[in-house]
Amino acid sequence: MRQFFTARRVGLSLCAVSALALTAGLPTPAQADLSGETVEFVIPFSESGGSARWANFFAPLLNEALDGNPTVVVGYRPGAGSTAGANWFQEQTTDDGTLIFGTSGSTQFPYLLRDPRVRYEYRDWTPVLASGTGGVVYLPADLGARFDGDLDDLRDEFFIFGSQGATTLDLVPLLAFQMLGLQVEPVFGIEGRGDGRLMFERGEANIDYQTSSAYIASVQPLVDQGLAVPVMSWGVLDDAGNIVRDPTFPDIPTFAEVCEATDGCETEGVAWDAWRAFFVSGFAAQKLVYLPGSASPEVVGMYEEAMAEILARPDFAEISAAELGVYPQMIGEAALVAHEAAITVSDEARQFVLDWLREDYGVTLE
Amino acid sequence: MDILTIALPALGEALALVFHPTQLMFLCAGVLLGLSIGVLPGLGGIAGLSLVLPFMFGMDPVSGLALMVGLIAVIPTSDTFSSVLLGIPGSSASQATVLDGFPLARKGEAGRALAAAFVSSLYGGLFGALILTCIIFVARPLILAFGLPEMLMITILGMSMVAILAGRVPLKGIVACGLGLLLGTIGSAPAGGSLRMSTYDIPYLVDGFQLVIVGLGIYAIPEVVSLLRQDKPISNSGTLGRGWLDGLRDWWRNRWLSTKCAAIGVVVGVIPGLGGSVVDWIAYGYAVQSTKDRDRFGQGDIRGVIAPESSNNAKEGGGLVPTLIFGIPGSGSMAVFLGGLALLGLSPGPSMIRQDLDITYTIVWSLALANVIGAGLCVLLSGQIAKLTTIRFTLLAPFLFMMIAFAAFQSRQSLGDLVALVGIGLIGILLRRFDFSRPAFLIGFVLSAQAEQFVNMATQIASARFRRGMEAGLDYIFTPITVTLLVLTVLSIVIGIRQSKNIRENIDTHTGTKRAPMIFLLAVTAYVVISIGDAATITRFGDKVFPLTVGLVTLAACLALVVRMMRRPETDDVFIDLESGGADAEAPQGLWRTLAWFLGLLVLTGLFGLVIALSLFFVGFFRLRAGLTWVKAALLAAVGVGFIVFLASTLGRDFPPGLLQEFTNLPWPLR
Repeated sequence: MRQFFTARRVGLSLCAVSALALTAGLPTPAQADLSGETVEFVIPFSESGGSARWANFFAPLLNEALDGNPTVVVGYRPGAGSTAGANWFQEQTTDDGTLIFGTSGSTQFPYLLRDPRVRYEYRDWTPVLASGTGGVVYLPADLGARFDGDLDDLRDEFFIFGSQGATTLDLVPLLAFQMLGLQVEPVFGIEGRGDGRLMFERGEANIDYQTSSAYIASVQPLVDQGLAVPVMSWGVLDDAGNIVRDPTFPDIPTFAEVCEATDGCETEGVAWDAWRAFFVSGFAAQKLVYLPGSASPEVVGMYEEAMAEILARPDFAEISAAELGVYPQMIGEAALVAHEAAITVSDEARQFVLDWLREDYGVTLE
Repeated sequence: MDILTIALPALGEALALVFHPTQLMFLCAGVLLGLSIGVLPGLGGIAGLSLVLPFMFGMDPVSGLALMVGLIAVIPTSDTFSSVLLGIPGSSASQATVLDGFPLARKGEAGRALAAAFVSSLYGGLFGALILTCIIFVARPLILAFGLPEMLMITILGMSMVAILAGRVPLKGIVACGLGLLLGTIGSAPAGGSLRMSTYDIPYLVDGFQLVIVGLGIYAIPEVVSLLRQDKPISNSGTLGRGWLDGLRDWWRNRWLSTKCAAIGVVVGVIPGLGGSVVDWIAYGYAVQSTKDRDRFGQGDIRGVIAPESSNNAKEGGGLVPTLIFGIPGSGSMAVFLGGLALLGLSPGPSMIRQDLDITYTIVWSLALANVIGAGLCVLLSGQIAKLTTIRFTLLAPFLFMMIAFAAFQSRQSLGDLVALVGIGLIGILLRRFDFSRPAFLIGFVLSAQAEQFVNMATQIASARFRRGMEAGLDYIFTPITVTLLVLTVLSIVIGIRQSKNIRENIDTHTGTKRAPMIFLLAVTAYVVISIGDAATITRFGDKVFPLTVGLVTLAACLALVVRMMRRPETDDVFIDLESGGADAEAPQGLWRTLAWFLGLLVLTGLFGLVIALSLFFVGFFRLRAGLTWVKAALLAAVGVGFIVFLASTLGRDFPPGLLQEFTNLPWPLR
């Protein structure tokens, strides 16, 4: 129980401070200057994923906002499910602010699960920005018609779910399905969530989820044509650390609501703690920007100032909506708290997830 | 009618947008950029697009599109240069071009081969753009008709091309393909993450090998080493023979073949998830099977150039269909293209087709126009660039080693890339020496991951359907498309086995003693046994079944070969050994001494990092091997190193670091 309260307290302060930082993000004076330098914004992914989009969105903004307007280039170090790039970053000792690193849920999860490939330590790094996102689960029209706020009527159905792997971000939906008592058979090995959606459209899969921006762009048209029905969103954390409806999808109930309404699914206990921890790490604080631990306080101050300047841009809401969705971008103290939440999971919850992965999918991390 | 009234004005509007001077300028910039990157062996669309991605944000959408599309469209055209002239696949889409293009260059007909390739590319590209224009409204059901069983069948159809490319001894083809498949399974399994033939202590292996490295290793290194040993120009006669006008005539004579291969390219491109690396093989296999006089394929038949080149440009048009309609990338470069679209504020998907139809058609027009400009430039340049084949190869080789090493390093940015390159290069050299089909090996590798995934996924879904009912299951597996593909596959295998003796990579056969071929075969067998043993220890069924099955089949073929080797005399085709006679055996330089130069570069890189290693290697090579004066050697070295540093700085890439860099903190190019 103690762990549960910790997680909750972290979530609570996360939101409180994020609100604070967003409204009153006044920067500290900094002396560092990067004129004539080139800042490398390294992500442990290839050029083709969502993280590349996110990094390329921030790179030109950083160029404008950082002191001395350095050139900001995005560098890609993919490999080993993003652990290769993170292991590389762990060894870097750049202290002048010319190197920053962007992680995502795919980097956080192996760390949380103590994957043997992980040779990096999040606590050595200094976070300067945390970006959140959300996700929506949807069903084909015929099955969606049987959804009435709970999933009791759909328990005898066989579901097929296209998945990138049990230890990826798909861990969050898979665990949710299991808690709801759905008989979902994941088909592992797809290469991106888009492929999962295509399987759904072809009728090969009959349950799917997409992150918010992909849902708006590609699933909403299906919903409008009556081909798909949204069932639940993951929700977002409110100031008190509760999971509430996602402001991007105010009409879609959250997993917490559906879980409470469904027999046998509980929003407390070890399963729920585990789900919540991985949800926060994979969605609520999905992508983080780090400086190496060796960066001087002046450099950290300069980056905090630059990030605050970016978020304060009058056009930020407009330009970020398409790329990042309407989700909190946390800086300063809030980024620290988000970072803490993203890399914290109780031993009990971790063991629960590891046991479940082994028993249900034969996946072991040794 | 409804479609016409919407589409035609949008088409006209898009035309006006594209021909606006600013957009034309961006398009030409994209074409030039794509051309320069495509010409370099091993660098393709992903490298080019990543170069322009940082500038996309905030650009006018039409200009940004023109830049990106210009770049994408021209890469499958310009990558032909290195495939034909150097025997190095310029990118994964032109692997099959090497088969006949390079022998043509060696005969001194490089200009002709290039011209035919460029016209085919142009024609294929325009064909793709035309199809894209027409079917963008109706493609949705077509794409949705291709589920996992259909994709699996196309993969198997691609695999059946091994039959025709297997070489003189079909069993050797099977072994080569099996080895390629096994190489593709190394690393963590795509479904459950179990490790296969790798350990977490060597993180490099866990990710498996990248196509770029395997392509360069299997084709580039053996060819470069073999040419280097002869110390002659690539063109045997040292002169350029028939020119580019002949190439145009060749294409005109084979225009129907070109059309059919372009159609193949579009279809394979339209289906998301297959990727472009199989389309050139299917087109090549089709060309061989559908023509009557086949005995010159593999030794410089112009049709072997026209077929893959028509298909790989058409593929880009086809590949844009799922990218634009579903927002799902068909290939690596399309994935980066999608990222670029997002930075321009466009979100591909059904809504983009409906609401931004003029923008969508801008992409189509840019594609067509870029193909015309690109192919035109390439044809104009081909006569000049073909002269490369008349230069003494010893002067060219170090630059090629440099480019190959740099391109390979882009895949994972670790020294492991270079080690893997040399290791796979050695396999390539041995496969070539003992006449095992390298195309079969490459097809196996290319299709390995998708064959395994499609089999696993289709089986999983099919069994779920069968649980629901026999009929539901059968409906899923036996669709008209799968049945058609099945028939095609069977036909392709039957024709392939009958004709494979005609497709030869090496014309002369020389057999020596039994010892060397036997040792190689036993080493291969030992590896297969070890990987079977390794697969057997995996606990997760889905992760073990594919390597186990492939391993057992390959082992059976290996054993059959061993038996044949024991029974037959030394003059049998199984004992072909290029070192025992012919051009290779008579070469003035030894195999191992030549390879040692490359190994030396690798070791130096491990010690001092690539830039310092290259400088030493260049000077040493030009002085000692090529016999130039110190001044000339230093001059050429400066040119080479200067070029690579310039390239890396424009692309924003690093160089492989060595031990020295561990202990010191040097400025950038040396870092």
